[in-house]
Amino acid sequence: MEKFAIDNMNLYYGKFHALKNVNLHMEQNKITAFIGPSGCGKSTLLKSLNRMNDLVEGCKITGEIKLDGEDIYGNMDVNILRKRVGMVFQKANPFPMSVYDNIAFGPRTHGIKNKKELDRIVEESLRDAAIWDELKDRLKKSALGLSGGQQQRLCIARALAIKPEVLLMDEATSALDPISTGKIEELCLKLKDNYTIIMVTHNMQQALRISDNTAFFLLGEMVEYNSTDAIFSAPQDKRTEEYITGRFG
Amino acid sequence: MADKSIKTDMNDVKEIRAINRVSFKQRMISYKRKPLSLLMLIIVAASAAISAAALIFIMVYVLIRGIPNLTPDLFALNYNSDNVSCMPSIINTVVLTLFTLIIAVPFGVGAAIYLAEYAKKGNRLVKIIRTMAETLAGIPSIVYGLFGMLFFVYALNWGYSLLAGAFTLAIMVLPTIMRTTEEALITVPDSYREGSYGLGAGKLRTIIRIILPSAMPGILAGVILAVGRIVGETAALIYTYGSATGYAANPLSSGRSLAVHMYVLTNEGLHTNQAWGTAVVLLVLVFGINTLSAFIAKKLGNKKG
Amino acid sequence: MRLSRFRERAMQGVFFLTAITSIAAVVIICIFLFCNGVPAMAEIGFFDFVGGQKWAPTNVPASYGIFNMIIASIYVTAGAIVIGVPIGILTAVFLARFCPAPLYKILKPATELLAGIPSIVYGFFGLMVIVPFIRENFGGNGSSWLAASIVLGIMILPTIIGVSESAIRAVPESYYEGALALGATKERSVFKTILPASKSGVLAGVVLGIGRALGETMAVVLIAGNQVQIPNALTDGLRTLTANIVLEMGYSTGLHRQALIATGVVLFVFILLITLSMQAIKSRSEKNG
Repeated sequence: MEKFAIDNMNLYYGKFHALKNVNLHMEQNKITAFIGPSGCGKSTLLKSLNRMNDLVEGCKITGEIKLDGEDIYGNMDVNILRKRVGMVFQKANPFPMSVYDNIAFGPRTHGIKNKKELDRIVEESLRDAAIWDELKDRLKKSALGLSGGQQQRLCIARALAIKPEVLLMDEATSALDPISTGKIEELCLKLKDNYTIIMVTHNMQQALRISDNTAFFLLGEMVEYNSTDAIFSAPQDKRTEEYITGRFG
Repeated sequence: MADKSIKTDMNDVKEIRAINRVSFKQRMISYKRKPLSLLMLIIVAASAAISAAALIFIMVYVLIRGIPNLTPDLFALNYNSDNVSCMPSIINTVVLTLFTLIIAVPFGVGAAIYLAEYAKKGNRLVKIIRTMAETLAGIPSIVYGLFGMLFFVYALNWGYSLLAGAFTLAIMVLPTIMRTTEEALITVPDSYREGSYGLGAGKLRTIIRIILPSAMPGILAGVILAVGRIVGETAALIYTYGSATGYAANPLSSGRSLAVHMYVLTNEGLHTNQAWGTAVVLLVLVFGINTLSAFIAKKLGNKKG
Repeated sequence: MRLSRFRERAMQGVFFLTAITSIAAVVIICIFLFCNGVPAMAEIGFFDFVGGQKWAPTNVPASYGIFNMIIASIYVTAGAIVIGVPIGILTAVFLARFCPAPLYKILKPATELLAGIPSIVYGFFGLMVIVPFIRENFGGNGSSWLAASIVLGIMILPTIIGVSESAIRAVPESYYEGALALGATKERSVFKTILPASKSGVLAGVVLGIGRALGETMAVVLIAGNQVQIPNALTDGLRTLTANIVLEMGYSTGLHRQALIATGVVLFVFILLITLSMQAIKSRSEKNG
């Protein structure tokens, strides 16, 4: 089933044409990976899916992006969009408050005040992010005291706590050690039963390991989009082949 | 206005129908679900409006009441109890400012040079000096006035005098000059220092020839800021410089600065109109000085950027 | 060569001497204030001085109790905080997070201009505008706790706005983005993540503002009424520690004058405590940051 549909999308930073006529339809309960050399526009595209680009001055988008057939740049409440489309950032960004308050921030934002309900959500989210056992005794401690890998999984838990339909991951493992990266990859595979995951990665092996579909970007253009197996075993475009065989990027 | 056309100066595209502009309608959709956020927005904007309104109200009110009272009499060369001329006090203020700067600038700049160029980072003494400078900055002007009276007026037996006033104010503005000068020195790129040392120049020569000149606009901006404080100061001067109405002819004679003059007029309550006029003069002076300081600091910023 | 090395050393010595001027200044100020003020406190009796409710220096026998003035200073400062702190912090939030760039170019210098207005002009303005307004609308003779609080509230605005704004701007943008990405509105993101993260900086601004309000003299003396009493209503007059010094120093002699200096000492101690707590806040925030 189709979750996100991007049609004829262009994006400009001032005069710079950062994304050129992108057409991309992504499936539900699948992991879609965006790969490409840095500066190719893959992160920019990801941020357009929950309208975080609205914060960037001089950023202009044309075309159409639909979530479940609904135009996300139309009359959809942007806060509801972001509730439906959660995001995990490249650099873990826990709030300077306790672990518990970090997780509860989202639910509280969306009107859940009941203490029991919040307790349940916090535990469930931390369990889903496979970090409950590590953190259950330090819920009241500041989240800034956690290790880098724990912080990032906390941020995933925080994103899960608002029950999103889609989870955007912007190079979420790039700052982490291999063990933490492995844990998060495992987590992604588990999560895709209930969520649609779209991830940006500069790590081709990661895309190969966990994604179902892969889109390759180069200089603002989407060069090729196919099942991950197809992209990596039989790329249609020469540029894709050059990239995945490591001749540039 | 999601579909509103936006004119751009792009080369490849003449006109872009950007879809990601957050329109008023979209905002209202969000706020409808979260009215508390709209309320917060209104409160925040209202607070800023109150702050701005306070300034505008005071300024406009003083100007409207004061400008009609800017009569030639108010600027007569000599003061008498009829014209309550502010001319002597303006001149006294200028002289007082000069004396204060002559005392404070060498100490302030010298201290800043020591902190920025000589002192080792994390030095205990440096920490103490900074703490003391901060302490000085926090002392209310009336306490400076008390101290100036006890020390300069009585202990040194200078009486109410220009010198007593100038020394008191010099201590008061010392932290301002120190801080701004130090900030200006720190922004001088290290490459300047290295370049000068590379040519075999000593530290002292480097400081005087290279570092001070390039930090000059920052230092000047700080000094002018200090001038603004001197001109506006009252409480530290009443019991040091005194409030004699004539020109302070020599360093040991008393005079009143413009701000003290304004206080005396207000306190007597006999010359309200002239007080409004004097308020205008004082405001214009202080704002002129502050604007000049901001202008110089901005020019410095442009040069660096 | 030797001469130039001597010159280097000599000038370093000179710079060092100028640097310790501020230490010398603080020490001399302390010595002179305490040496002149403490004997008076001893003569009056420390508790009679600080705790006494009667200030009648010209009576025979004279009374020198400044308790009412200490309370008055605290009341006036509290009033200024109630008025100035919320408006100041919210204005800082507006400037840092909500203000469109063209408006910022006007609003920011305006708040700085507010700091440049001399206190005597504030006092005069208060006397001519705010005092009559209070007299006509709230009763009393206008010179009052309320009048002083309003004027001081405005006077501390630029301090609070300036310090709070830079504290708010120092908060990492990632907190804000993180909150937005969870579907929080801009307002919620600012008030629930950015503002709490900047709290020690904002607190420093408030403490600095308290120091300003407590030490302000000329504005207060013109509009507070200067009665030595603990006010029962906002429209009652009061006399602060600072006002007491300015009002009576001109004609005082002997013990009376020393009592005024002792009043200054009490004020000075308050300010030192504030400066100390300020530095404590700063070093704590540096440790956290």
